[in-house]
This record gives sequence, structure tokens and C-alpha cells, in this order.
Amino acid sequence: MEKLFYILSGLTLISAIMVILSKHPIRSILFLVLTFFLISAHYILLNAQFLALVNIVVYAGAIMVLFLFVVMFLNLNRDIERFKSWLPLAAAVISGSCVFLVFLSAYKSSHQIQIENSGGYQIGLVENLGEVLYRDYLFPMEISSVLFLVAMIGVMLLSRKEKTETVKNLLP
Amino acid sequence: MNHIPEIIKTIPFDHYLILSAALFFIGMIGVLVRKNIIIVFMCIEIMLNAVNLLLVASAAYRGDAAGQVMVLFIMAVAAAEVSLGLAIIVMLYKNLQTTNIDLFNQLKG
Repeated sequence: MEKLFYILSGLTLISAIMVILSKHPIRSILFLVLTFFLISAHYILLNAQFLALVNIVVYAGAIMVLFLFVVMFLNLNRDIERFKSWLPLAAAVISGSCVFLVFLSAYKSSHQIQIENSGGYQIGLVENLGEVLYRDYLFPMEISSVLFLVAMIGVMLLSRKEKTETVKNLLP
Repeated sequence: MNHIPEIIKTIPFDHYLILSAALFFIGMIGVLVRKNIIIVFMCIEIMLNAVNLLLVASAAYRGDAAGQVMVLFIMAVAAAEVSLGLAIIVMLYKNLQTTNIDLFNQLKG
């Protein structure tokens, strides 16, 4: 049971690194789908069964189809991009590592969090989660529906046909 | 189903903390390193998922369902963000015919 966690963690980190390292965007998307599935497996290990299903449906289902659709729509096959030159790359890796070290040292210097294991392994089921969501968090959920409405209107507004001249004509 | 909660007793919470910090760090490196705007977007998704993983882990360790509700809200915001961002990317590609973020400097004063 312990080994399962470490194998899953290693696979998650490797596939997340492969998202960055693979040259072709479609390969990155497929590795991202793999990462999401592995994170769903982590959710199942943590007794969040409903969230695991929602993660697969929302991320691997909806968002990834959107990404694949956009990549195939844009036809990026002709120019395989190269990485940046080594100086910004080294700066990025060093600054990212510094943030990671800050996380670790902040954790080390903080007092140990006492985890109370209340043994409630029913909390991830739909019944319990829906009760909490619709009793304590009803208003934020209604607000998120307004957020979706705004996002939908925004996408329609963005993808509308422009009547005026585009930015391309204004370029030198 | 009965032996599943044992994972909480065998794995210390620190390991989940380090795993999600490492995932966040990988996403941040990707945002800083890559030039294709679609892959930058995917790295933002990785960072959001790292935060989700930490929230679910702390909810499971404390036996509190509020953290999982927060993950649901983060997923809703991420879905809205991805749809809007991809629409913006498509519009940028229509105007400039590229996805290289070094060429998106029209807002520079």
C-alpha cells in the first residue's frame, strides 16, 4: 500500500516533466492527460472518490478535448519550436528551484501541524460532499454559476467576426 | 473498501506536501521556460492541479469535507479560465499567425 503511493508519485512527476520536455504540443497534451489520470489515482487513494471522477470528467474529458481541438485547429506542425537560449533557461530553472527551496525551508521552520485523524473515510462520497456543498457553501456555488455565464459571454464576444481591421494590418 | 483508509496512517502528510510542491515547481519551470503559449497554459493547469492535490490531502488527513468543496470550486474556475484563454489564443493566432510568446509584445508601451 505504501509502495503504491511512491510509484504513483514518481510516475506523476515523470509525466509532468515530460509535458515540459516534449517538443511536439500533441505529445505534451497526451502526457498532461496521463498526469491528470495519475492525480485522479491519488484522489482515490485519499478517499476522494467523487473528486476523482470529476477530475477525469472535467480535465481529461472537457479541458483536454478543448486543448487538442485548439492545437489541431492552429496547425502547429510546420514549426517545431526550439527552446529559449541557455541564459533565460538557466535563470528559470534557478529561480524555480529557489521557490521550491523557500517552500521547503518554510515548512521546516514552521511548527509541526498536528493532524487529527478523525477516521472519516466517508467524506469523499457524493452524499456527504453534496450535503456540505449545498448547506454551507450554497452562495459560492451560485456565484460560480454567474462566473460560468460571464465566461460564456466572453468567449462568444471574443470569437465574433471583427468588422474593423485587424491588428495584422496595423503591423509595420 | 475497508482497507483503503490505511494509506493515511502509513504515509506521513509531509510526503504529500513535498509531492505537490514539486508538481507546482515543475509547472512554474514550464511557464518560465517554454515559448509555445499553449504549453505555458498546460503548465498553469499543472500548477492548479498541484494545489488541488494538496487541498484533497489535507481534507483527507483532517477528516473535513470543506477542502474537497474548495477543490470543486477551483475546478470550476479552471474550466472557465481555460475556455476564455483558449479563445484568446485563437484570436491571437488569427491576428499574428504564431503561438510564440516572444512575439506577443503588442501591449508593450
